[in-house]
Amino acid sequence: MSTATAPVSASAQRAAERNWQGRYREYDLVKEFVVALVAVSVLSVALAALFSSPDEKQINISQWSRIAPNDFVATAATELDRTSGTATYGAPYTHDPSAAQKIGPITPQNWLGVTHPIDTVSDFVVRPLSQVAGDPALTAALTQWSAGSATQQEGWASAYDDALQKAPDNDPNKVATADYGPVPVMLSSLLKVAQSGGLDGELLSQGKFFATDYTKPLLFIADGAYLEDQARAEHLGGDQWGMMKETGNYPGQAWLWLYTVWYQVKPFSTSPNADALVWGLMMLLTPASSSSRSSRVFARFRGGSRCTG
Amino acid sequence: MTAPAASRSWTVAVRQRAVRAFPPDQLLPDKQPIYVAAWIYVFGVLTLAAFLVVLLSGGVLAIEGPQWWHTSSTGHFFNSLHLWSVELFLAFMVIHLWGKFWMAAWRGRRAMTWITGALCFAGSIGTAFTGYLVQTNFDSQWISTQAKDGLNSVGIGAVFNVTNFGQMLMWHIVLLPLVVGVIVGVHVLQVRKRGVVPPIDVDPIDLIPEQGR
Repeated sequence: MSTATAPVSASAQRAAERNWQGRYREYDLVKEFVVALVAVSVLSVALAALFSSPDEKQINISQWSRIAPNDFVATAATELDRTSGTATYGAPYTHDPSAAQKIGPITPQNWLGVTHPIDTVSDFVVRPLSQVAGDPALTAALTQWSAGSATQQEGWASAYDDALQKAPDNDPNKVATADYGPVPVMLSSLLKVAQSGGLDGELLSQGKFFATDYTKPLLFIADGAYLEDQARAEHLGGDQWGMMKETGNYPGQAWLWLYTVWYQVKPFSTSPNADALVWGLMMLLTPASSSSRSSRVFARFRGGSRCTG
Repeated sequence: MTAPAASRSWTVAVRQRAVRAFPPDQLLPDKQPIYVAAWIYVFGVLTLAAFLVVLLSGGVLAIEGPQWWHTSSTGHFFNSLHLWSVELFLAFMVIHLWGKFWMAAWRGRRAMTWITGALCFAGSIGTAFTGYLVQTNFDSQWISTQAKDGLNSVGIGAVFNVTNFGQMLMWHIVLLPLVVGVIVGVHVLQVRKRGVVPPIDVDPIDLIPEQGR
């Protein structure tokens, strides 16, 4: 063993690191790769056969509106008075620079502006309702809505939203009597359209035949409480496992732990700018960990006291 | 007799440069330094093998399209195979990465090997993430509506829209695998060019070349 041999000098160590001139052994790289490929294939097939994979069915608007109609109408009311999560989001959905998250003095959320514009009143409520034919009450309500001024529309929608939040179980049938203009008829019609399945297609297609962009239906569903309730039941909430977990008892994106863990600790857990701060931190950490400069610093730290001799 | 003129062929130039940079003995060597014997060195090739299984199982899923696995038991099996091979791929890669980190594997002009390895890891996380977005089930609905906030908060969401299924599918099955594949290729070539890093404390006996080698 090396105990009888003089220790390797630092210069010899560095030379060996750059260009190895010492002993070699036989090594069959191709055989090693083939064996590894067979082993990993067998292991993957065994894991797939034994544990399968989760497939929790998607939630659609039709299902949501039938199972939780009060939540659906309450959400639609916030879309109509522009107080929903989407309506108040800012870039890239709505024009409200003050809504952007901040990293100190900068707001990168605003830099590229509104690239996926969403008008929650038009896109989520009025436009889908305008496709409904043969409903005189709805037609009259839409006529009244479009004839009203912006202030009047906001007044009707806000008054109804407030009353709905005060109603027992947010039940539209128990809302206090007042002048809400055409809003009650519009929202009860939207509920019928949703329950029939028509709103799923309308929010996706937005008047087009081919469509693959689910931004609008997803944001509408996410504005309600139903989606989050289902996620929390699967322990997927932001203060639970978050995105790194899969539905059921399956490993998810465990490698995201360093990202999701920041959301659980202060100051991130209590900051209104948590997303921007965590992302800013991760964008600093990732290149720092791979840069040659930090690598050299670490190598010096690791080798500094051990390679002298 | 006159000496042959230097070839002006681009093909010849590329071939000569490639052979100079990677002589066949260096590209596919049949010997490795004596220290390449520990188990930790195996995780690099295991990562490569798992990457191939990921690509093949994903390719099978691509034949019938993104909804196939919901309605076919065969499709579901290949989805499971894809999931577990991804889990193995990232597990092997993380072990490989940590092993190399504690070896300070960037020593001896191997900084580019380390950097391409770290980029592989980052690219693989992105590729796996987009895979979760295009499952077309509840999980993808939840992950996309949660992830959008982080991406939007730093401006990335303006161009990389995680709630746009079509866009994410293209990123998952074309752009990101291509990027990761190219980086993996560069990483492997770097390993072949610079060799596997020796231990921090080289055994003096190992430095003595064998006679007749």
